[in-house]
Amino acid sequence: MKKDTVETLGFNLFRLGSVLVVLILGFILFDIFYKGIGAISWEFLTAEPRMGMTEGGIFPAIVGTVYVTVITVLFAVPLGMFAAIYLNEYAPHGPLTRVIRLSIRNLSGVPSIVYGLFGVAIFVRTLHLGASVLSAGLTLGLLTLPWTITASEEALKTVPKSYRDGALALGATKWQAIRTNVLPYAVPGMLTGTILGLARAAGETAPILFTGAAFFLPFLPDSPFSQFMALPYHLYVLVTQHHDVGKVMPLAYGTALVLIALVVGLNLVAVIIRYHFRKKRG
Amino acid sequence: MAEEAKIWTEGLNFFYGASQALHDINIKISPHNVTAFIGPSGCGKSTFLRCLNRMNETIVGTRIEGKVFIDGHDIYDRSVDVVDIRRRVGMVFQKSNPFPKSIFDNVAYGLRIGGLKDKDKLAEIVEKALIDAAIWDEVKDRLQESAMGLSGGQQQRLCIARALAVEPEVLLMDEPASALDPIATQRIEELIHQLKEKYTIVIVTHNMQQAARVSDITAFFYLGRIIEVDDTETIFTRPKLKQTEDYITGRFG
Ligand SMILES: Nc1ncnc2c1ncn2[C@@H]1O[C@H](COP(=O)(O)OP(=O)(O)OP(=O)(O)O)[C@@H](O)[C@H]1O
Ligand SMILES: [Mg+2]
Repeated sequence: MKKDTVETLGFNLFRLGSVLVVLILGFILFDIFYKGIGAISWEFLTAEPRMGMTEGGIFPAIVGTVYVTVITVLFAVPLGMFAAIYLNEYAPHGPLTRVIRLSIRNLSGVPSIVYGLFGVAIFVRTLHLGASVLSAGLTLGLLTLPWTITASEEALKTVPKSYRDGALALGATKWQAIRTNVLPYAVPGMLTGTILGLARAAGETAPILFTGAAFFLPFLPDSPFSQFMALPYHLYVLVTQHHDVGKVMPLAYGTALVLIALVVGLNLVAVIIRYHFRKKRG
Repeated sequence: MAEEAKIWTEGLNFFYGASQALHDINIKISPHNVTAFIGPSGCGKSTFLRCLNRMNETIVGTRIEGKVFIDGHDIYDRSVDVVDIRRRVGMVFQKSNPFPKSIFDNVAYGLRIGGLKDKDKLAEIVEKALIDAAIWDEVKDRLQESAMGLSGGQQQRLCIARALAVEPEVLLMDEPASALDPIATQRIEELIHQLKEKYTIVIVTHNMQQAARVSDITAFFYLGRIIEVDDTETIFTRPKLKQTEDYITGRFG
């Protein structure tokens, strides 16, 4: 075969692959949108479920998901960034650091139900936080930590060594060099990676299943120690646990649509942050 | 003699991992003098320069043996604060490395991390440094623009200005004029002439005429060793070793 025939063939294979992926994804999104948009109303977004969840809205689930995500952010973002800064800038280059880094990478592949069980054992039981927003938020925080750390480390690596060296040669301490000449250029990348991790966590069911999410609550969580309703769990309940599946199906699709909108919204924020900083850096 | 030198080294060896880049370097560098390092590419000039402000320590897996004295103190002694050394021994890197900040913030960087906050004082020192580095006229109307938008030669002079602003005692310049046109080169050479009143200057250059013009002492490096070091005039008119002569006259091979 001639060289450019092979090249054209390869190119078309790649194109076919990406078109297929986009088509499948587009179909799923369209399906959810099409079936869910009918359920969306002001009442659906602002009222609690009524009549055994066959009517009313999903307001407590929205609030619960936002609440738990906030706790996840407060816990995982600073911790993840500090860990990444330590690993990339301060940790000695030895076998121990390599093992730690490898473990962190591997943790991102651990099934989320395992995090759920770990959360029960540590936060709910050992630390006596009970089944609560706090326990669930911390569990989701653990889930996102590997992503946050890895993304933050990658962002730190993209800052050229010459920025650090230039600062050090002018008499900056190591921390001064990092703070003034590395972090400003790494933080956008750190944030986008972190937000992507959060978007994943916000859609998880398994880790919150035993750590604080409630089947049904007629009120909103009023402290970090309350139980809560959450969108992914609510969706799970509607689709698999409800006695009248046919009747709640539209509500389930509506819930799925809201959840997806939330995740897409978070991803959009990540895109905007990246775009904004890229423009600023010139 | 040792008492008069600003910097001197004793039996300096330097390693990148297992490969030795510098072999038994013994040299004295006098204050208020310009010392030039010449030698073929890869012979260890930049490596040696970085030994003098401990910048080699930022490279993973390196090792140094022997001693480097500045004003009689071993700068590798455990009690020495490396930040203090780097403040006193400024460096202009071989590859220009402007920070992605404004032109002003680049030059003010060393002053600010040193704790200077006074706006007027900052502006005054930045202006003086930019004038000294022969770039003021080109940037005075765009101080708040990003330094990344400067040309290669302008970036090089900006980096010189940035190093000058903190007023080090020693200035290490690694090919500071490699990207400059003849006029800017001449101005940098004049600057070096002025600066040696106050500072001790070490310059690496591949330009023999430049070494001959600006320096008082010249050291010829080859394969990680100092082959010959002498008054610049002696090196360029009657070098003792044939190797040196061949290199200077371009018959190197
Ligand atoms: N970071 C590094 N890691 C490993 N080896 C290095 C490193 N930097 C330099 N070397 C090696 O050390 C030797 C000396 O390099 P150095 O950069 O000091 O040469 P130089 O005289 O400055 O050359 P040039 O004139 O091309 O700048 C070379 O063989 C080079 O390959
Ligand atoms: Mg060099």
